[in-house]
Amino acid sequence: MSPSVGRVREMVSKELRQLLRDFRMRGLIFVAPLIQLMVFGYAVNTDVPNTETFVVDHDHTAVSRELIDAFQRTGYFEVVGRSERPADLARALDRSEAIVGIEIPPGFARRLAAGGPADVQILLDGSSSNTATVAQGYATRIVQRFALEHLPAGVSPPAGVDLRVRPWYNPTLESRVYNVPAVMGLLLLLMSLVLTALSIVREREDGTLEQLLVSPLTPTEFLLGKTLPAALVALVDLVTISVLSIVWFHIPLRGSVLALLAAAILFILAAIALGLLISTISHTQQEAFMTMFLLLLPSIILSGFFYPISSMPRVFQIITLVNPTRHFLEIVRAVFLKGAGFVPLWNHYVWLAVIAAATMALAIARFARTTARGE
Amino acid sequence: MSAWRLWAVARKEWIQLRRDTRSLALAFALPALLILLFGYAISLDVRHIPLAVLDHSHTPDSRRLVEALVAPRYFTVTTTLTREGELDDALRTGRVRLALVIPPSFARDLAAGRGAPVQLLLDASDANTATIAQNYADAIVARYSLAVGGRAVVLPVDLRTRVWYNETLESRNMVVPGLIAVIMSIIAAMLTALTIAREWERGTMEQLAATPVHRVEVVLGKLVPYIGIGFVDVTIAVVTGRVVFHVPVRGDLLLLAALTLLFLLAALGWGVFLSAALKSQLLATQAALITTYLPALLLSGFIFSISAMPLPLRVITHIVPARYFVTITKGIFLKAVGLETLWPEVLALAAFSAGGLGLALRSFRKELG
Repeated sequence: MSPSVGRVREMVSKELRQLLRDFRMRGLIFVAPLIQLMVFGYAVNTDVPNTETFVVDHDHTAVSRELIDAFQRTGYFEVVGRSERPADLARALDRSEAIVGIEIPPGFARRLAAGGPADVQILLDGSSSNTATVAQGYATRIVQRFALEHLPAGVSPPAGVDLRVRPWYNPTLESRVYNVPAVMGLLLLLMSLVLTALSIVREREDGTLEQLLVSPLTPTEFLLGKTLPAALVALVDLVTISVLSIVWFHIPLRGSVLALLAAAILFILAAIALGLLISTISHTQQEAFMTMFLLLLPSIILSGFFYPISSMPRVFQIITLVNPTRHFLEIVRAVFLKGAGFVPLWNHYVWLAVIAAATMALAIARFARTTARGE
Repeated sequence: MSAWRLWAVARKEWIQLRRDTRSLALAFALPALLILLFGYAISLDVRHIPLAVLDHSHTPDSRRLVEALVAPRYFTVTTTLTREGELDDALRTGRVRLALVIPPSFARDLAAGRGAPVQLLLDASDANTATIAQNYADAIVARYSLAVGGRAVVLPVDLRTRVWYNETLESRNMVVPGLIAVIMSIIAAMLTALTIAREWERGTMEQLAATPVHRVEVVLGKLVPYIGIGFVDVTIAVVTGRVVFHVPVRGDLLLLAALTLLFLLAALGWGVFLSAALKSQLLATQAALITTYLPALLLSGFIFSISAMPLPLRVITHIVPARYFVTITKGIFLKAVGLETLWPEVLALAAFSAGGLGLALRSFRKELG
């Protein structure tokens, strides 16, 4: 028996009414994603402007001040304290008031004038290893440039290699344009998973699942009625988040909307199938939540959201292949920033489709079995 | 208040929790899983960035430049290109993160001392990796430049970099201590929001209120098992971090235990308050996720530096208890500092735990009369 359009429509509208009746639920569905987008958009920032820097200048000369100015001018370092005593520098680092310390020994200007070598010491707080790594790179470049400007008389700076760096896709090197599109993947996953799994498990917990199954509704119609509202809500969220990313965060959408939409639909399908699968192994909402949480974190960590997949060990790189979030993030980022379409990304589309189909088949098979057993 | 009744409530909660195998699995498996994932799978250290080389020069000089670039292992040549047209495809598909283009005149320009241009194309969509890669490449090429052309130039400034607390700049050493705060937030908020909201949803909380047990005893008694779980998790984290990942533990573990208790009280109190105020598992969990887990992950300075955030967000981080706890765990693990340095954070945590417990008690009084 093929599903009846009328009955499915009835069921979908009942589900949507039930979902949107509660104002707290409306907030959860439409406001919470916006808050998360805002927090992620602003907090997940790996640029390190204004790194707190503590200066101990024993030299007190125009030259030593020039070096410190060179640090500050780049905008990456912000002097938050100065002192005469190295102990103050140690305390500032201990207290996490500063992440970088610059110490210029006495006689710096004199040694530099004499042709060097003049020492400069940089202290980094390694407990913030990312910031420290980036700051170290900037410090090295700043000091190198400073040294080339202060070569002893008669020595000309080497012409050598002239490295011309051209950042593609994101000329200002802002980390936000990379992270904001990825938040989309996270929120879609969360929304489709939670809505599908919980709406089914709740019926099971309340005992209304049996009632629905003895009604003229076929299992296929029931499943469509349960998953379509979740898909609709996820699509509305997708549009809201995309518009906000473009209008508010000025993330350029360089690729085609169609490529994005196709990926989103495949991804939502996979997430819904996963939610369905969770609902078949959970008797209570609480169990469903716990299972979701156990799944959610690894799938975010292994998606390349925060951490580049290329620096993971080989085994984990292979594991990420079965993670739909990974493929969706690759597509979203490439479509938004690189203007890529279906052709260069075809393998990710294929992976998404295969994962969605396999999970869906498994979920439907399990669902049929558990309802047949009357669980 | 009677210690005996409080103990009875705690025992009841524990028996209930013990039957709930999936919650227990989450409570113990999640921390272990997170530590393993963060410890093994994830590295913020930028190494072996895939690099494409398009060498039009084909000279010993150009080969030496490529060798110099890959020697420190920051870059790995994964693709050798022959035509300009292939550059776009290599970067767009994400096969490589950066591409080095050496023009035909490279060796000639170098020999003539007129500054041989070399182009480095970065896939800057991932700005963090791109920035670090750019800094590495710049430093390597500058060093290469000083050594070529027959007359080596010695720079008159000698930069000595010393890294404190985490000498090898390994991200693992920073992540494991910070992760403790994240795990505590998850456990505390999720478990309380779920198990206590369920009692509200099912109406068994009212039954409890009808017994002679005082509400202070109910609230504190319910917290005891979760505090126990929290301590087991911290122990798992510290032991795995130390034994498996060799993260240094330099400070006082007793102090860490005491401050963990303060943090747990704040987080658990907040979870109890949320579940009493929302009375629905779905809403309480979502609210717990948004108000504790996300801030602990994003706004605590665990990975993302607070000083880089815009001002409104920096202000908000001050009301995130995890922010203070991350400073404390990093301080005790890596910096070996004690109360003499951490007292401002300890005071803040104490205020949060008093606030959390106060909110929890108040919400019970309002709801149960």
